Amino acid sequence: MARDRKRYAMVIDTRTCVGCSACAIACKTENQVADGHSRVWIRTLTSGWYPALAMTVRSERCNQCTDAPCVRVCPTGASYYGPGGIVLVDPDKCTGCKACIAACPYGARFIDPATHTADKCTLCVHRLENDVPTTACQEICPTESIHVGDLADPSSEVSRLLAERDHYTLEPEAGTRPNLFYLR
Amino acid sequence: MTQEITSTRANPLIDPALSVWHGEVALYLFVGGLVAGLMVITGLWMLRSSEGPRSRALSLLPWAAPVLLSAGMLFLWLDLENRFNVWRFYFAFRISSPMSWGAWILLAIYPASIALAWNMTPGDLQAAALRRLPWGPWLGRLGQCAMNHVRRVAIVNVVLGAALGIYTGVLLGTMAARPLWNSALLGPLFLASGLSTGAAFLLMWRLDEVERRLLGRADMWLILAEIVLIAAWLGDLAVRGAASRDAAWLVLGGPYTTAFWTLVVTLGLLVPLAGEWLEHRHHGVPGRFAATLVLVGGLALRWILVNAGQASGWAADLAAR
Repeated sequence: MARDRKRYAMVIDTRTCVGCSACAIACKTENQVADGHSRVWIRTLTSGWYPALAMTVRSERCNQCTDAPCVRVCPTGASYYGPGGIVLVDPDKCTGCKACIAACPYGARFIDPATHTADKCTLCVHRLENDVPTTACQEICPTESIHVGDLADPSSEVSRLLAERDHYTLEPEAGTRPNLFYLR
Repeated sequence: MTQEITSTRANPLIDPALSVWHGEVALYLFVGGLVAGLMVITGLWMLRSSEGPRSRALSLLPWAAPVLLSAGMLFLWLDLENRFNVWRFYFAFRISSPMSWGAWILLAIYPASIALAWNMTPGDLQAAALRRLPWGPWLGRLGQCAMNHVRRVAIVNVVLGAALGIYTGVLLGTMAARPLWNSALLGPLFLASGLSTGAAFLLMWRLDEVERRLLGRADMWLILAEIVLIAAWLGDLAVRGAASRDAAWLVLGGPYTTAFWTLVVTLGLLVPLAGEWLEHRHHGVPGRFAATLVLVGGLALRWILVNAGQASGWAADLAAR
């Protein structure tokens, strides 16, 4: 697995996210995601006993796990760790066996109907690795809730946010060590 | 505490609750288990008495292993979304991927099972086949090579058969994202089930009485082992976290309960066990009825587990359903 010293991460502020879905649409446009499919989606959770209810709005996508089960189960090496630990899919190697889809606890993967291969969020690696410092979802977010950066750099915005704010990851019990963090 | 969840993601295809593996995978796992059972049983038979008399049926049935394996691999291929890339399986070996292990095990099984089948084929049929087949002398030399290593071929078949049987369970068992599958007991369970369906498959044919008795008795013990392993697997899920308990609920009150307890446990295990036990007690010969039920139960086990497993997950929305 090819890993460099960079460790890309995404931090999303659930206090400011309004669930407008602009991130999902920007992602579809930027990455030309197939009709009927989406790499990014919004989840709205309401919890508690009436009238003491609480609502959380989350923009969700691939968690770019450090210990990614999709990479582990891939029989051909099509799923791999790219620059900065981003989990990527090489369509040329993918057989469409769907083991990665079954292995992902976040339901982040799907079969692209055009290529018949697994597809998912790439953290806009084509932008990050070409001196565009933002992902498409980050750029479009009207409330600036999405932050992307290098966790290996302690002075980066994502490192600072995680140091200052209470945060969580999804399904920590799945043991995948996600690099997608949500600020409370 | 109530939890109400809505999602605006307009993509049912990526919802973890939905099925990505369908009937083809269940059929492949069933056939894979059956082939594993055939290889182990016929391999052990050859180790026990390679020279001893055996029925014509038992001498020819090992050929079913490579034929059925081909059918299984066809199902597997049909399940692939990008079928033209199937060759990629054999241009990589990923130690962490059970599917990669399986792909290579399947490839090794062809020569091993054909060698065993050749060794068990009666001499007159061997000679007739060599006369009719192209490259007869060359194939004859290969066949002689297998005949010179009867015990080794048998041992390789037992080992590879056991590996295949365990692999069909491990393939699902290593999916931590699917709590219903995520148990180390799935490998042994699928192996026991594969051995049992292998014995049942053999019992469907015209074996002699000694062979039927022996296989019937072995199948009885295998069914008992399967019952114990199913109980241990459900117990294992029940004593783990909430996600595992919710997963166990799928077959303990949830949507797959009736199918699981009717087709797998009652018809596939308890009824054939009772039938075989009664036949054993009254010195009868195990019949095809019990064997048919074992085969139906083996297929149902895989079909239900493949589907129910995909309905289980860690996500809170799944737990809340």
